Amino acid sequence: MDRYITTPLTKEKAAELEAGDMVYITGTLYTARDAAHRRMAEALSEGRELPFPLKDSIVYYMGPSPAREGRPIGSAGPTTASRMDRYTPELLDLGMTGMIGKGRRSAEVHEAVIRNGAVYFAAIGGAGALLSKAITASETVAYEDLGTEAVRKLTVKDFPVIVVLDSRGNDLYKNAY
Amino acid sequence: MRDIQVSAVSDAVRELCINANHRLSPDMEGRLRRAAEEETSPLGADILSKLVTNLEIAGSEMIPICQDTGMAVVFLEIGQEVHFTGGSLEDAVNDGVRRGYLDGFLRKSVADPLNRVNTGDNTPAIIHYSIVPGDSLLITVAPKGFGSENMSRVFMLKPADGEEGIKDAVVRAVVDAGPNACPPMVIGVGIGGTFEKCAILAKKALLKPVDEFSQDPHIREMEQELLERINNTDIGPAGLGGRTTALALHILTYPTHIAGLPVAVNICCHVNRHASVML
Repeated sequence: MDRYITTPLTKEKAAELEAGDMVYITGTLYTARDAAHRRMAEALSEGRELPFPLKDSIVYYMGPSPAREGRPIGSAGPTTASRMDRYTPELLDLGMTGMIGKGRRSAEVHEAVIRNGAVYFAAIGGAGALLSKAITASETVAYEDLGTEAVRKLTVKDFPVIVVLDSRGNDLYKNAY
Repeated sequence: MRDIQVSAVSDAVRELCINANHRLSPDMEGRLRRAAEEETSPLGADILSKLVTNLEIAGSEMIPICQDTGMAVVFLEIGQEVHFTGGSLEDAVNDGVRRGYLDGFLRKSVADPLNRVNTGDNTPAIIHYSIVPGDSLLITVAPKGFGSENMSRVFMLKPADGEEGIKDAVVRAVVDAGPNACPPMVIGVGIGGTFEKCAILAKKALLKPVDEFSQDPHIREMEQELLERINNTDIGPAGLGGRTTALALHILTYPTHIAGLPVAVNICCHVNRHASVML
């Protein structure tokens, strides 16, 4: 079914979402992909603070193309989530409740999603121009030297995603074939 | 002998990088539109129609079709009567890529493989040169995204594995790729040659007109059978089920060693970008 949610994604809100739901997110997303995850893991292991508050946050695995003048962002579709699997359980245990990407996740991520009552959403891969239309603002908040891989705070309105892995561990990909 | 200024090559590469990242070739776009009409899964059909809308927005508003604007793979078919003047051909290609990715607001996605530091301008390109008869230069730029490149495979099969072994390997690569490779996919298959030859054949197979099967009746039959098997896996658009798992599959072959049967499967997503110009 279609659902409209606003961030922060509390565990109560996450619990209502079911695999297969089309969800339109309004509020704040944080971007992080390979290099940013590596830096966040280093920060955690050294006891330093993360660049954004993890509690009830949604992280979007995305590195945009540069924005043309007058636009908040360039093309902005999801990257393959499994490359972040190694770092994900720790972030979920620290309070992150949502992830947006594409593709399968590891068994460890499945367990951590269930353990923490979190949700993994898929955005449509290769639809970066269309998805950019739901992003109204973008601000780099950390690791600016990483270029496209910097951590950005995005403001989104009705950002379209599909629940692939819900808080009870139902996985749409497994059901799909 | 015909002189071609390398600056003309650089300018052409710049244009092709920008064009390929904003507009698909008419055959590729037409194939996607047809799939959106034919898909029977309601969710699959909805996803395909959104991909068509995405193409329309990309072309009209000059937003790259995909944020992964790829590593620039450049094919140069150089007429043997051509003489390049004004500098290094390789430098000119990389200069074209650099300017295309900067001027076209394309993502810089190239990094050192070990320390992972981004080169900052999407260079170097991957350049494949071939020398052909004539006095012209055909330049093709095929920006390759890595969601699908990561799921590509080379199989060093044994002669005893035969055609069934080849087909099983191709289907296995596609099923393993599943939702990670942004289906619906385009599949390039290279059979024969050596370890590197089959991979280049598979890459070149992605450049073929999307609806054109092989001229060789036997290979055409293999292509059609594989496409049918792949579209029966129910991976579907975005990996969420449906008939449209692959939009096209092309096979290129080359003789190989008596002891071997190399097979490469180069997977591309639905954003199968390539643009060419003849100088």
